[in-house]
Amino acid sequence: MAEPMKIRAVLKGDVAEVRVLMVHPMETGQRKDANGSILPMHFIQEVTVRVNGRVMLEGQISQAVSRNPVFSFRLKGVKSGDKLEIAWLDNRGERSQSVTAIA
Amino acid sequence: MAAMKPIRRLALKGAGVLTAALLAPLLLPIRALAAGWNKDAFGSKTAADALKILGAAGSTESKDVVIDAPQIAENGAVVPIEITSNVPNTRSIAVVIEKNPFPLAARFDFGDGAVPYVKVNVKMGESSFVRVVAEAGGRYYAASKEVKVTIGGCGG
Repeated sequence: MAEPMKIRAVLKGDVAEVRVLMVHPMETGQRKDANGSILPMHFIQEVTVRVNGRVMLEGQISQAVSRNPVFSFRLKGVKSGDKLEIAWLDNRGERSQSVTAIA
Repeated sequence: MAAMKPIRRLALKGAGVLTAALLAPLLLPIRALAAGWNKDAFGSKTAADALKILGAAGSTESKDVVIDAPQIAENGAVVPIEITSNVPNTRSIAVVIEKNPFPLAARFDFGDGAVPYVKVNVKMGESSFVRVVAEAGGRYYAASKEVKVTIGGCGG
């Protein structure tokens, strides 16, 4: 079970500044463990941002995104109380979704 | 007994459909704007190939694509990159780290209301140009910025 994301969404005028932290190893497949075995690739591939059920932003990312990815996005035309859902899907088919209200 | 069979089968079939309906939101891809993770583009070993697969091979250099990244990154494992496209109607942005083993790092698709802006931390194996290509109205606008990396962040 993936750890929940940390999401902060703050309105400035009609633009929400969204910052999200995802807990994920983002293994590149190039690192070795203490025994010298290659750590297999394990990384988030897709990120979806929805407001009140509507997809506003999608990201496709590679193993080049840093461990425990942090993203900032800006969503225009939203209002306080809108439901913000962020979801990710990784290369092993694991997924996580977090919901918050825009402050 | 024989008369029961079709009913039972129907009931099972019904249960199957119901289960599928319940699971559908979980199993269906969580995408709508893009066609999903582009395996070929992300698997490309050169920036040119990745951009070609994304259809962004022919881009125009533009000052409206703004990349904010450190000139010198001490830790290649965490390089903050902030991108803004001031090109009207920008629908997507691709981020390419030219010298990384797999240069395409990310691609973002912006739906109505999403500002063509993103900040993300990336890994850089060595000093490299970071190239950002924004798509607007079927045309591609690009900018590049060099980031010098003191300690690489891919292997180790």
